[in-house]
Amino acid sequence: MRVMAQMAMVMNLDKCIGCHTCSVTCKQAWTNRSGVEYVWFNNVETRPGQGYPRQYEDQERWRGGWTLNKRGRLTLKAGGRARKLLTIFANPKLPSIGDYYEPWTYDYETLTDAPLQEHTPVARPRSLISGKYMKVSWSANWDDDLGGSAETGERDVVLREVSEKVKLEFDQTFMFYLPRICEHCLNPSCAASCPSGAIYKRTEDGIVLVDQDRCRGWRMCVTGCPYKKVYFNHRTGKAEKCTFCFPRVEVGIPTVCSETCVGRLRYIGLMLYDVDKVLDAASTPDDTDLYEAQRGVFLDPHDPEVIAAAERDGVPRDWIEAAQRSPIWALINTYKVALPLHPEYRTMPMVWYIPPLSPVVDVVRDTGHDAENAGNLFAAIDALRIPVDYLAQLFTAGDPAPVDAVLRRLAAMRSYMRDLNLGRDPDEAIPARVGMTGEQIYEMYHLLALAKYDARYVIPAAHAEDAHKLEELATECSLDYEGGPGMTGWGPFGETSGGAAPIAVENFHMLRQRQTSDVPAGREHLRGRVNLLNWDGKGLPEGLFPPRGGDEGPGPGGTNPPADSGAAETEPKP
Amino acid sequence: MTATGPSMYSGAPAHQVTTTDTLLWVALPYVVIAVFVLGHVWRYRYDKFGWTTRSSQLYESRLLRVGSPLFHFGILVVLLGHIGGLVVPKRWTTAAGVSEHMYHVTAVALGTVAGLCTLAGLAILIYRRRTVGPVFSATTRNDKLMYAVLTLVILLGLSATVAANLLGGGYDYRETVSPWFRSVFFLHPRAGSMAGVPILFRLHALSALLLFTIWPFTRLVHMLTAPVGYLTRPYIVYRSHDTTLGRRPPRRGWDLPR
Ligand code: HEM
Ligand code: SF4
Ligand code: SF4
Repeated sequence: MRVMAQMAMVMNLDKCIGCHTCSVTCKQAWTNRSGVEYVWFNNVETRPGQGYPRQYEDQERWRGGWTLNKRGRLTLKAGGRARKLLTIFANPKLPSIGDYYEPWTYDYETLTDAPLQEHTPVARPRSLISGKYMKVSWSANWDDDLGGSAETGERDVVLREVSEKVKLEFDQTFMFYLPRICEHCLNPSCAASCPSGAIYKRTEDGIVLVDQDRCRGWRMCVTGCPYKKVYFNHRTGKAEKCTFCFPRVEVGIPTVCSETCVGRLRYIGLMLYDVDKVLDAASTPDDTDLYEAQRGVFLDPHDPEVIAAAERDGVPRDWIEAAQRSPIWALINTYKVALPLHPEYRTMPMVWYIPPLSPVVDVVRDTGHDAENAGNLFAAIDALRIPVDYLAQLFTAGDPAPVDAVLRRLAAMRSYMRDLNLGRDPDEAIPARVGMTGEQIYEMYHLLALAKYDARYVIPAAHAEDAHKLEELATECSLDYEGGPGMTGWGPFGETSGGAAPIAVENFHMLRQRQTSDVPAGREHLRGRVNLLNWDGKGLPEGLFPPRGGDEGPGPGGTNPPADSGAAETEPKP
Repeated sequence: MTATGPSMYSGAPAHQVTTTDTLLWVALPYVVIAVFVLGHVWRYRYDKFGWTTRSSQLYESRLLRVGSPLFHFGILVVLLGHIGGLVVPKRWTTAAGVSEHMYHVTAVALGTVAGLCTLAGLAILIYRRRTVGPVFSATTRNDKLMYAVLTLVILLGLSATVAANLLGGGYDYRETVSPWFRSVFFLHPRAGSMAGVPILFRLHALSALLLFTIWPFTRLVHMLTAPVGYLTRPYIVYRSHDTTLGRRPPRRGWDLPR
């Protein structure tokens, strides 16, 4: 047994209202630069629907993830090492920009610059790829809320697997939202596909990252990821992907998408797992057994043997404690309500989902029955094969049994808690029917329905020995005095002495300065230090280059163009 | 000076070596080598982030699927051919029982086919660069210069071969150019062997020197990091974060930099 810790996420789909706040805040934080206009590390898909990029789930076409070869060994679906190198000059399975969508902006200037005229000036859409006027015809969520699904619905890959009948009436039957980020897989096929070895999995927390200095733009990872969650920056020629907001998570705060989620439906916590078992589990012969196989890789953080092994393998004590309190462990294992997305891709994904009960509830309510009655709900779960089959295609490689079980547990919670909330005697027969106790149901309700901040996020900071820094962050002492290391990176012995402040802290100050001061951020505070995370790639941030000789310094009045003049668009590197 | 000394060049016809010859075939090669090597070191140290193929496949795939493999496989065969022709002394192939005629026919046939593939691929790539809007707007001045020089080198090389072998009576550059090429690396440059070489070959060699000079400063750097390590490394790379990104324990002013 070799114990590793993995930062993981669970999303409770019943609560997602499809507001896209997560996508927008993520974009603001990570991909509001040129070259990644079309990139959404977090996107929200309406289901049924095609997804983003279009039909990414059709692995017969895109050949992402892993598959078993004739001898039952795990191989990359798009071909092994030799094949990758032979096709490196033109990747045969790369989605084109059209499969995502052509990003655009509007000609806002005409709105203000147009001369006095009879007709109101309009801002026409302009492609961010070619710079030409374009007709907008697709986007990252074009079929949002089933818009246009009559035309595009039959192109849903998952639906193809479900029965013929569904195809005709699916949009009257049900709809839900599926927010997606990178799965930070235990067996990441993106990393396995990278010829230069630039994509790596962090040993401490399992976050999968692209080393921007080692990426050489061979663009094989894009094909390798079955979830299409590695993107190619067409300006820098490098791959980029969701980072699990590592600068935030390292200091113990949740990812941007989780923190801003309106439905408060995301859970973050640790899972301990046995690395030695991953390959075997991923090689499970039957697709439908992969869900249980992956659960078999996880280790019980309360088991003394596991604790001893974890300590031996260098998992810090506070991390083991965090793993014991992990909401992810509770949802995947204790309550068994979370399921992996497309386990049949065999990458062992680590962002799991609680399937939505709402399609079932809606039908029961629409037919005039009591949608809180356990009997009604159980019967409906049995009768409504369409949503269950569809969910099974998403979460269990087509096996309806685990989905059934989860939905029953959610239904049981619904009706059991109604009695409690109305002050009636709880019916202990309800939890018994789903193999739980009333107390367990109550605890699950606490985690799922009340979902307190501290229960949703159990994120231990990166290093125990850095813990004092967190206190500094929480109490705002010592970091934010004028000239302190948190402000400028200047310690008592000149630049960068005293060490770098955590990126999160630096960003926090940067944003606060931006929002609260009249002068552009960094004018006098930066003193030669540049925070490139806040740079959108346009213009020259002050301090990036030393002032020209004789000039009193760059900036307004100096030699730099204003940040948004476009005159200093970043040239792609040679 | 070296054991490989004079006997290596015995076949080279003696020619009057002018100052220009010395400059072109003695001084220039070392300047180019220095720029090539130091340029790559410099680029690697200061611009790892810019070290990429800058793939444009996201914009356009249909033409690239034909042009890029045609060009790359072509140029890799040409590269191997050059190594064979320039680096391996003629004595060795003769000793191995390969007759001059056999060698010549294979080399010219293979070289011409590979050269034409390269040229065709390059033509497709350049056509694509010019006509596909997004690809064109992602083309830098640097790219244009690189393409111009690259095309020049390939065209001169091909025409030298064609002129000498198909039109002329054949020319054995392994008696002249190759000894010069090797002599540069033995630090015993023999400008004399290049002096009498047909003009097209000399121009081809000079243009190649130009290409190598700009090489480290263009997108061509991607060749030097060709991912051969992929064949042997484990599929999944694990790395610890405290040696890489993110937070580090504070370093005091009196600590030595790590
Ligand atoms: C074995 C080593 C090499 C590998 C693995 C390699 C790989 C690649 C890749 C992946 C691309 C990007 C294609 C795309 O998606 O747009 C590319 C582009 C290119 N390579 Fe190479 N290459 C190699 C050697 C060379 C050599 C020796 C040359 C020339 C002397 C060369 C010249 C080019 C050029 C000019 C382009 C740009 C094509 C375009 O988009 O117009 N490469 N290479
Ligand atoms: S989901 Fe993330 S970790 Fe998994 S293969 Fe795709 S990019 Fe890699
Ligand atoms: S912010 Fe939350 S509720 Fe809104 S779309 Fe994203 S996951 Fe759903």
